[in-house]
Amino acid sequence: MAMSEPAASDTQSDGDDAEAIRVEDLHKSFGSLEVLKGVSLTAHKGDVVAIIGGSGSGKSTFLRCINFLETPSSGRIVVNGEEIQMRADGSPVNRRQIERVRTRLGMVFQAFNLWTHRTLLENVIEVPVHVLKVPKDRAIKRAKELLERVGLGDRGDTFPSFLSGGQQQRAAIARALAVDPSVMLFDEPTSALDPELVGEVLTVIRDLAAEGRTMLLVTHEMKFAREVATHVVYLFEGRIEEQGPPAELFGNPKSARLKQFLKTVG
Amino acid sequence: MDLILETLGLAASAELLSLNPPGWGGNLLRGLANSLQIAFGAFGFGLLIGLFGASGKLYGGVVIRDLLAIYTTVIRAVPELVLILILYYVGTDLINKASQMLGYGRVEISGVVAGIWVLGIVQGAYATEVLRGAIKAVPQGQIEAARAFGMPPFMLMRRVTIPAMMSYATPGLANLWLIATKDTALLAIVGFSELTLETRQAAASTRAYFTFFLAAGALYLIVTLFSGAVFARIEKWARRGQPSLRGAHK
Repeated sequence: MAMSEPAASDTQSDGDDAEAIRVEDLHKSFGSLEVLKGVSLTAHKGDVVAIIGGSGSGKSTFLRCINFLETPSSGRIVVNGEEIQMRADGSPVNRRQIERVRTRLGMVFQAFNLWTHRTLLENVIEVPVHVLKVPKDRAIKRAKELLERVGLGDRGDTFPSFLSGGQQQRAAIARALAVDPSVMLFDEPTSALDPELVGEVLTVIRDLAAEGRTMLLVTHEMKFAREVATHVVYLFEGRIEEQGPPAELFGNPKSARLKQFLKTVG
Repeated sequence: MDLILETLGLAASAELLSLNPPGWGGNLLRGLANSLQIAFGAFGFGLLIGLFGASGKLYGGVVIRDLLAIYTTVIRAVPELVLILILYYVGTDLINKASQMLGYGRVEISGVVAGIWVLGIVQGAYATEVLRGAIKAVPQGQIEAARAFGMPPFMLMRRVTIPAMMSYATPGLANLWLIATKDTALLAIVGFSELTLETRQAAASTRAYFTFFLAAGALYLIVTLFSGAVFARIEKWARRGQPSLRGAHK
């Protein structure tokens, strides 16, 4: 691990195959439309789980339910051994628990969602300083290292709007890394990028995978998923249609729907 | 200086506007100070109401949303002069009744406090709508990112929503501020000695209507010009990080 200071939450689960995230029987409905129809998934420390599927398969909703950006309808979610307490209708019992769990889940969005009124450096230190109460000088030092790492060491004072999509997304990854997350959630991180900018972002994610970061990655980049994932999940209409190691899932798909899907996305 | 005024035939006016009695300039400036004090207070009070009003309208429950809808609709429907009369007399009456019931006897309500209260409530209704629009213009993703990183609601408001909406809110708020400075003139009707009332008194006593109203007009203009410069700076600051729009439509 390249991290100089392990996150506090890492101490309770030292083993490499310790459970990082467990989701059981997750359901989510928007009105009468059931988007997730019982999805279960376990990621251990160091796993890179790629979640693939067609448009409307529920893959983004699944990811957003894990940190409660969407409120699940029912199911269980356990992060680092801590179960999120939910009422019968799926709403969280305790807002503070959700907020605490969220700080351990570094999320990277399709549309970057950097705070446009803050410079890159300010974006990266925002959560450590204000939410996690890290001393400012330490947060700045760490933020500079992280920006350096994603190749933006000289852009700390620049505002996001003046950068390319690829640069913004790399900054967003630095922002997510700044909280020393135990699990990183990537929600289609390259889908909003021009084709020539996809590579630079994938390179950063590939490095993170190589250093053993636990990640859930919703993606359309099949080649990339095959290369970096330790486990691939194929969602179809809110259910897991097929899952397994990438070589098997891409090399020898069993379900007809997955075969069809892989054919269409090339 | 005296010679110039003499040749222009303005010597008499200059004497009337002198800061020391028998000149009335001091009264005018005192009136201006009162006006600005009320405008400042009312604008701030209105901003506070507006912030809560906008949050309530956007995120509140059904009851809060309905109450706020009644507030903004009624206040914006009734002419300000009428509102000032209603709020001023009803407000002071209610306070007196309450204080008498508690056994304190009549209280003297300061004109400044009453003015700030009355105009603040009017300003609040408009500010609610200005800020509601500005908050809605903030890209949802920025708010979502803050939630995803565990920011509690109040911090999210302070650190993300308010700074991000400032650039959308500033032009509307600048309008409200200028309206606040001029609405203070309406308080003359309840006998509050702000700039307009002072001007009228000075003019009536000296019969130099033109001189005094021109002077008052100039004072209002100076306030407006100065405010314009201040808001231009605020807007520049609020828009930091956003590319300039100049040239975008060429």
